[in-house]
Amino acid sequence: MSEALNPVAGEDRTINILQLYPREMNIYGDWGNVLVLKQRLKWHGYTANVLEYNVGDEFPADVDLLVGGGGQDSGQVVIQDDLQSIAPTLRAMAEDDLPMLAICGLYQLFGNFFKTHTGTVIPGIGLLDLETHGGTERLIGNVLSVSEEFGEIHGYENHSGQTFLGSGVRPLAEVRKGEGNNSKDNWEGARYRNVVASYLHGSLLPKNPAIADFLLEQAVIRKFGSFEPRPSSAKDLQELAKLSELARQHASQRPR
Amino acid sequence: MSSFSVLTGKLVRSASKLRGGGSALPGLVVEKIDPDFIRRTLADLPLGVAVVSGTNGKTTTTKMVVELLESQGLKVFTNRTGSNFTRGVAAALLGEVDWRGRLDADVAVLELDEAHAVHFVKLIQPRYSLLLNVLRDQLDRFGEIDKTTRLLESIALATTGTVVLNREDPRVAGIAASLDKQEVRYFGLHESLRSTFPNDDEMRGSSAEAAAAVLPADVVLERVAETDADFRVDDTVVTTGLKLRGVYNIFNAAAALTLARVIAGPQADSEALFTALSNVEPAFGRGESLVVNGQPLELVLVKNPSGFRLGLKSFAAHGYSTMIAINDNYADGRDMSWLWDVDFETLAENGVDMVTGVRAYDMALRLKYDDVPVAAIDPDITDALKKFIASSGSSPKRIFCTYTAMLAVRRELSKITTVEVVS
Repeated sequence: MSEALNPVAGEDRTINILQLYPREMNIYGDWGNVLVLKQRLKWHGYTANVLEYNVGDEFPADVDLLVGGGGQDSGQVVIQDDLQSIAPTLRAMAEDDLPMLAICGLYQLFGNFFKTHTGTVIPGIGLLDLETHGGTERLIGNVLSVSEEFGEIHGYENHSGQTFLGSGVRPLAEVRKGEGNNSKDNWEGARYRNVVASYLHGSLLPKNPAIADFLLEQAVIRKFGSFEPRPSSAKDLQELAKLSELARQHASQRPR
Repeated sequence: MSSFSVLTGKLVRSASKLRGGGSALPGLVVEKIDPDFIRRTLADLPLGVAVVSGTNGKTTTTKMVVELLESQGLKVFTNRTGSNFTRGVAAALLGEVDWRGRLDADVAVLELDEAHAVHFVKLIQPRYSLLLNVLRDQLDRFGEIDKTTRLLESIALATTGTVVLNREDPRVAGIAASLDKQEVRYFGLHESLRSTFPNDDEMRGSSAEAAAAVLPADVVLERVAETDADFRVDDTVVTTGLKLRGVYNIFNAAAALTLARVIAGPQADSEALFTALSNVEPAFGRGESLVVNGQPLELVLVKNPSGFRLGLKSFAAHGYSTMIAINDNYADGRDMSWLWDVDFETLAENGVDMVTGVRAYDMALRLKYDDVPVAAIDPDITDALKKFIASSGSSPKRIFCTYTAMLAVRRELSKITTVEVVS
């Protein structure tokens, strides 16, 4: 795909994307979500600047969009204290309508707590009103869910934590195939202000461009007041949309 | 009872071979009617049993260990069919034992899938084990890589003699801490090669230097070139020619050399070992080269991000026509997330000629986001392969494929060229 048009001299069209803990929380292709946001911003005529935040780093100023991924249990232990230290910042950002994507492990830790199946309670950061209970069974497989906001959502889940939503958040989608948040109710993920949280990998954003565009448009509107795409080639974007749609169709035909 | 079960198993084996069927079925039959068959048959081997496990490179490494030991005049039993489950071992044994169930071999070298190895070592304790790596592979099967590490650790703990570990993989090297009864040996890389083999912790953002350098290794891969490589064995550097392709295969040669030297003992003939190593051909789909229309066609098996990245790094794209075949069957892993942990930028200049497989559109989408041009997409592997061969004319070809996609590609290729048959 060809490069975006050069922005008008002196005009700032840069969006800063922050990836949270890429070292520990990047196990199931979470990089794919960052790449999709970065490239789609470019194709819409914006510039994406990708920043990383790892344990012990200074938290960067001027973040416009935040992405957090999944990790192993051991990774979650490593980041736990550090996450608590930046919790007030993250909560303030969410309340200020900063768009965020939280997948799997960080979805759980954005909640109120994670109680392991042996009874240990790991505190979350309370950014999302939900709680997670460790289970003995692992929920693994393809998922198809449906959201009023984003249409069909396609992905792959792999988690043993069972998440239950409180009254302060809405579900992201209703599950049609697979388990989603837990093996009891039919919800998948959570929505709060401009935060999208989900168990789905795949990666999530490549096959669900509606969610990607929601996040990046909110980031642009929040920073610049309005979203004014300047695509360098409409044909390329059409081809991309077609490819995404075919990938979605084929994914929906795969077994659990 | 013993002769009866062997006879029954052999009959089922012949029958299922005629049918062209799976290699594990006769093993299943013997397992049902004579569960002690494997243990009894392997227990009396003079040099015992060696188990090779890890997430990547088991098949080629096992093949190398076998050929290295044969160069020392040893008779080696192995599960060559790649059916690396207990049942597959039983099936392979049935092919080798005489009618009374006796195995004429000095040592058994067995490739075992990490999850199944755990059950196998309960049945029979290996005298040696070689643990290669823990890379992100089939996480949907094993859940997490820390769990895979624990599976490998239980193989090491069941070993009665020597455990050979990869000092460059922090998870594998860390297993040494839980071993007190076993002798531990390492294989390793020269520091100039370390950046070529990033482990999963170093994949993004971090470049944590492994504590590897401080561990003494029996065999160290010092240099890799197009057709030869240098290995440091104790304090001597040996340069050897190689038929193996791909840096990861050549690193596993260091693993195989370490294990073979441990098994052969102090009287090992080093010259014979290196002659044998220089003659090892790649295992099927591991960088093997076929000939189609007078031009080489290479098959590269890719099944996890590290393997795919190493594959792209090992085989330069320039001058080649490239096809990528991605399936998501159980043996491939159902989760497509791993494709997003591979950088495809090296393919951007030449582009990809054909993308195929059940998840062709996932792969094509992945390439799109790395700005790699894709000439054609066709999920049907048979049709795609025909078009790919027709369109790439006289240029050499390379196909990156997941496991079941590779089986399909080989089946189609066998109709037009010579392909080694794998039972």
